Amino acid sequence: MFYREAGDFKTSYTADSQTFPIKFDRYRYYAVLAVAFGIIPFIINDYWANALLLPFLIYAIAAIGLNILVGYCGQVSLGTGGFMAVGAYACYKLMTAFPDVSMFIHVILAGGITAIVGVLFGLPSLRIKGFYLAVATLAAQFFLVWLFNRVPWFYNYSASGQINSPERDVFGIVITGPNASAWATYLFCLIFLTLCAILARNLTRGTTGRKWMAIRDMDIAAEIIGVNPLKAKLTAFAVSSFFVGIAGALFFSVYLGAVEVGEVFGIQKSFLVLFMVIIGGLGSIFGSFAGAAFLVLLPVVLKVVGVDVLGWPTDIVAHLQLVIVGALIVMFLILEPHGLAQLWRVAKEKLRLWPFPH
Amino acid sequence: MPEQLIFAMEVILNGLMAGVLYALVALGFVLIYKASGIFNYAQGVMALFAAMTLVGIMNGQVPFAHVINATFGTHVYNFGWTVPALLAIILTMAVMVLLAWAVQRFVMRHLVGQEPIILFMATIGLAYFLEGVADLMWGSEIKTLNVGLPQGINLWIDETTFNFFDYGFFIDNLDIVATVIAALLVAALVAFSQYTKQGRAMRAVADDHQAALSVGISLNFIWIMVWSVAGFVALVAGIMWGTKSGVQFSLSLIALKALPVLMLGGFTSIPGAIVGGLIIGVGEKLFEFAIGPMVGGATENWFAYVLALIFLVFRPQGLFGEKIIERV
Repeated sequence: MFYREAGDFKTSYTADSQTFPIKFDRYRYYAVLAVAFGIIPFIINDYWANALLLPFLIYAIAAIGLNILVGYCGQVSLGTGGFMAVGAYACYKLMTAFPDVSMFIHVILAGGITAIVGVLFGLPSLRIKGFYLAVATLAAQFFLVWLFNRVPWFYNYSASGQINSPERDVFGIVITGPNASAWATYLFCLIFLTLCAILARNLTRGTTGRKWMAIRDMDIAAEIIGVNPLKAKLTAFAVSSFFVGIAGALFFSVYLGAVEVGEVFGIQKSFLVLFMVIIGGLGSIFGSFAGAAFLVLLPVVLKVVGVDVLGWPTDIVAHLQLVIVGALIVMFLILEPHGLAQLWRVAKEKLRLWPFPH
Repeated sequence: MPEQLIFAMEVILNGLMAGVLYALVALGFVLIYKASGIFNYAQGVMALFAAMTLVGIMNGQVPFAHVINATFGTHVYNFGWTVPALLAIILTMAVMVLLAWAVQRFVMRHLVGQEPIILFMATIGLAYFLEGVADLMWGSEIKTLNVGLPQGINLWIDETTFNFFDYGFFIDNLDIVATVIAALLVAALVAFSQYTKQGRAMRAVADDHQAALSVGISLNFIWIMVWSVAGFVALVAGIMWGTKSGVQFSLSLIALKALPVLMLGGFTSIPGAIVGGLIIGVGEKLFEFAIGPMVGGATENWFAYVLALIFLVFRPQGLFGEKIIERV
């Protein structure tokens, strides 16, 4: 009824190739942005920011990054936790070395450093494929975590081996440290997420993204039609690690504030982000959002239902969470291998014909 | 003989023993991979699950006791009996066969024909699921497992080497037993796949699913069998590791350690798993011994992966793996 492309005429190529060609989609997108930027910052409190919104925003960035690598370029990586750690430690070193520079620049530079590390560990992907590559990325995961644990230079020789984020600001507004207010941290992460999503969306629609997808679908055929696998794979690793690094930097500096690398950026984190990508939908930016939202919400909902309503001990709920996440992964792979994003797409198709399907 | 060399020899011996245990886990992976092309990430959790079930049955624990107590407000913990080790092992094996059936019936059957990477991710989901179920069933605290395997320093080796070098080697009895059992297990598996009807059927399925189907081999049965055999290997590995370091969550992480072993040896080769395990076992112990102190120690965490990574760049199919041929 209201979700139609009929009557929505385009008079220029630019208009024709925009991200949201259907008017309703476009308005929905603006509405979401307006609510996220204009309303939520005024009603947000510490609980909502720390329990739901910040983890969602940050994981969504990481999921977009991993989705570019796994979903668009077909290179499975289990090293996300390690790369997030690179972002976090790069950010920490930059924050402590240049206290006067804006946090924006630190976070972006941290992403850049992670991108370089990502390319380094992506080099073997030119020779190794499939599972072998997945396992090879474990080398990155374990080596990087070990490195940050054992080399005191990375944590500025602090006695505890932890890194703590000092108080830093953007245009005079405190973003990190204990005195940061909820709305400021929220907006800071939201801006990064919005920029990353727009960047990722446009990269995947253009030449670069098409090259990635060609490599994913069949690398030999892609090579024959003139896609350079070296360039395509390494750009995928670089862009993906850039996003993951930003997520790691934000996770440490804005969200947690203090990090013990083995605990926070261990192999579990790699799997968590991978699950977000699978549940959300491989090869879809919207899917990254959906997957991140789902897996951030699930433990909170389970805790509220299990502990607060049913009165179960917390350890049972924690174990139950493992069972549910595992079962969900298997169910999604069996019933809907393309994840929540595909459900969304199907719903949109139905909506286009509603209320008069053929 | 210089002291360093003697120490190095002891390190190598211990590395060999550790390598055998890695190989034991890797073996489970190879079996399933060969027969069904599934890379079973859940192998390590299966070992944990088997070990926990074994301890639970031996101590006569009530399954899901914690959940039952929390839901109904009761206080049941034990049946009040203990089960002898051998019987408990047989019962655990029955549970593992049941698990194999369930995995086949509810998961793998629905995923036939999917891409390998999807199957791999499904087994990661399975690993989470099993881990949660195991914790809910038997509780997540660290348990000791004792099925009567000898433990502690082997005095005979200690004395003999002391007479030779004036320095007694420390070799754990359990490691020796593990080596013997692993050798027996491999021999049994090879004999099984070479000389029995089911073993031959298994190899046929591994070779070509459709051709095997067309000569009347039941894929369903073969896959349940393969998962059961992998469950058995997991049980053996679980007993060994559980006796060595207690039954706890970290047991499931040995699966991650088995991955570089597989990469070195090649996913499709049983001898590869053994040789890979030994190389990794010795390599990481020697590296820790020689280089570790210089770079801050605990290099065992990553050495195996980096070794495998570097190795793969030169030989992508591993030591003994089938050559990867790409057709367009």
